[in-house]
Amino acid sequence: MRRAFLALLARDIRLAAGMGGGGGMAVLFFLTVVAIVPLGVGPDRPVLELLAPGMLWVGLLLASLLTLDRMFQADVEDGSFDLLSMGPLPLELVAVAKSLAHWVVTGLPLVIAAPVLGILLNLPPATMPYLMLAMLVGTPALSFIGAVGAALTVGVRRGGLLASLLVLPFYIPVLIFGVGAVEAAAGGFEGQAARQALLFLAAITLAAIAIGPLGAAAALRAILR
Amino acid sequence: MSLTAAQRFHAYANPARFMALSERLLAPLSVLTLLTLGAGLWFALFSSPPDYQQGETVRIMYVHVPSAWLAMLGYSVMALASAVALIFRHPLADVAAKSAAPIGAAFTFLALATGSLWGKPMWGTWWEWDARMTSVLILFFLYLGYMALWATIEDPLRAARAAAVLALAGAINIPVIRYSVVWWNTLHQPASVFRMDGPTIAPSMLLPLGLMAAGFTLLFFTLHLVRMRAEIMRRRVRNLRLARADEGGL
Amino acid sequence: MEEFFHMGGYAAYVWTSYGLAAAVILALVWQSLCDWRRQSSLAAELEKAAGGRVRRAAAPAREDDR
Repeated sequence: MRRAFLALLARDIRLAAGMGGGGGMAVLFFLTVVAIVPLGVGPDRPVLELLAPGMLWVGLLLASLLTLDRMFQADVEDGSFDLLSMGPLPLELVAVAKSLAHWVVTGLPLVIAAPVLGILLNLPPATMPYLMLAMLVGTPALSFIGAVGAALTVGVRRGGLLASLLVLPFYIPVLIFGVGAVEAAAGGFEGQAARQALLFLAAITLAAIAIGPLGAAAALRAILR
Repeated sequence: MSLTAAQRFHAYANPARFMALSERLLAPLSVLTLLTLGAGLWFALFSSPPDYQQGETVRIMYVHVPSAWLAMLGYSVMALASAVALIFRHPLADVAAKSAAPIGAAFTFLALATGSLWGKPMWGTWWEWDARMTSVLILFFLYLGYMALWATIEDPLRAARAAAVLALAGAINIPVIRYSVVWWNTLHQPASVFRMDGPTIAPSMLLPLGLMAAGFTLLFFTLHLVRMRAEIMRRRVRNLRLARADEGGL
Repeated sequence: MEEFFHMGGYAAYVWTSYGLAAAVILALVWQSLCDWRRQSSLAAELEKAAGGRVRRAAAPAREDDR
C-alpha cells in the first residue's frame, strides 16, 4: 500500500512537472498578480508596504485555486481514475496523494517565490522569515481543503469556476491567520500575536489534512460511482 | 400504533406519506404564520415605543433579528438534513436539505441588507467589517456555493451526496470562520463607534421581537414544506420523463 | 398618521427595510408556489399520459433505483 501511495505521488508530481503546467505556471501567475498591484494602487512605497502581506496571500490563494480543477479531472477524463479506484489504495489515500502532489508542485514553488515578490512590494526584509514560515505552514491547508472542492466539481463543465466559488469561503481562515502572522511581525509583535497566528495556521493545516481527504473521497464516491 | 421511533422515522421516509401529511399541515400552518406575522407587525410598527437611544430605527430590529435567526436556522436544518441523508440514506433528507437552502439564503440576504440599513443611521456607515457582519456575509457565500453545486450536477442522487458533503464541511467550518474573523477584528482595532453589546432590550420590545421571530420561523417551515413538495414533484416528473424516454427510445 | 410614516426622521431607512423584507419574502412565497403548481401539473399530465404503466417509475428517486 505504501508503494502504491508513493508511486501515485511520484507519478502526479512528474506529470505536473513534465507538462510545465504545475509549478512554473502557478508561479508565473502569482508574479503577474503581484506585479499588477503597484500598477493599480500606485508606486507609493509606504502604501505598498502596508498592502504587501495581504496582496501576497491573495495572490497565493488565487494561484492555488486556479490549479485546483485539474487535481482529479485529468485522471477522470483519461480513465486512469477508474484504475485508481479499483487499485489497492482506498480513495482517501488517493486524495492524500493528490493533495500532497498539488502542494509540492504549486504550494511549495509559490512559497519559495514569495520573498522575491515581497521585495517588489517593499516588504521589510525583517518580516520575510515570518512570511515564508506562515506560507509554509498555511499552504498545505490550501491543497487539502481544495481537494474537497476539486472532488465536488469533478465532471462539471467549467468546474474550475464552481470549485473557486465553493472553496474560497473555506480559505478565509487561512488568509486571515496567514496575513495576521506577517502583519503582527511587521508591527513589532513578533512574540505574542505572530506566534498565535502561526499556531492557528498549523491547527487549520492539521485539521485540513485530517478531514480534507475524507471529504474528497466521500465526494468522489458520490459523484463517480 | 406501537411503532418504535426508528420505525416511525422510516415510515415518514415514504414520500407518499409525507405528501399526505404535509398537505394536511399546510393550511393550518399558513394561517398560523399569517396571524403571528400580522400580530408581530402590529406591535412592531404601531404598538411599541421608540427606543430612547436609537429612536424609531429600532423598528428595523424587528425584521433584522428574525432574519439573522433564520439565516442560522436555515443552515442548521440544511446541515442536519445533509447528515441524515449521508448516514441513514433517508430519501426525504436530501429533499429537505435542498429546499432549505434558498430560504436560508434569502433571509441571510435580508439580514445583511436590513443590517446595512440599520447601520447607516446608527453608526454612520452602510457596512462595517465587524466580526458578526463579516461571518454572516461568508455564510451567504456558503449558501450560494451550495445552491450552485445543486444547480450544476444534473442527476439528483449524485448532486444530493455531493451537496451533503459540502454542507457538512461548511458546518464544520462556520465556527472556525467565526473565530478567525473575531481574531482578525481584534488585530485591526476598528476605528468606528460600533459596540457589540448595543442597547439592552426593554420588555416593551420583547413582545414584538418574539412575535416576529415566531412568525418568521413559522414562515420558514411553511415555505420549507411547500418547497419540499415541489422538489418531490420535480423528481417524479423527472422519473416519468425518463421512463417515457426508455419506452419510446428503444 | 403623518408622524407614523415619518418615523422620527428615519423614514427612508425603516420603510426601506420593511419594504425590502416584504419584497424578498413575497418573491420567495410566489416562486415556491409557482414551482409547486408547475411541477404538480406536469407530474399529473405525465402520469395520465403514462396511464399507470410506469407506476414504479413514478415513485420518487430512491438510492437503489440506479
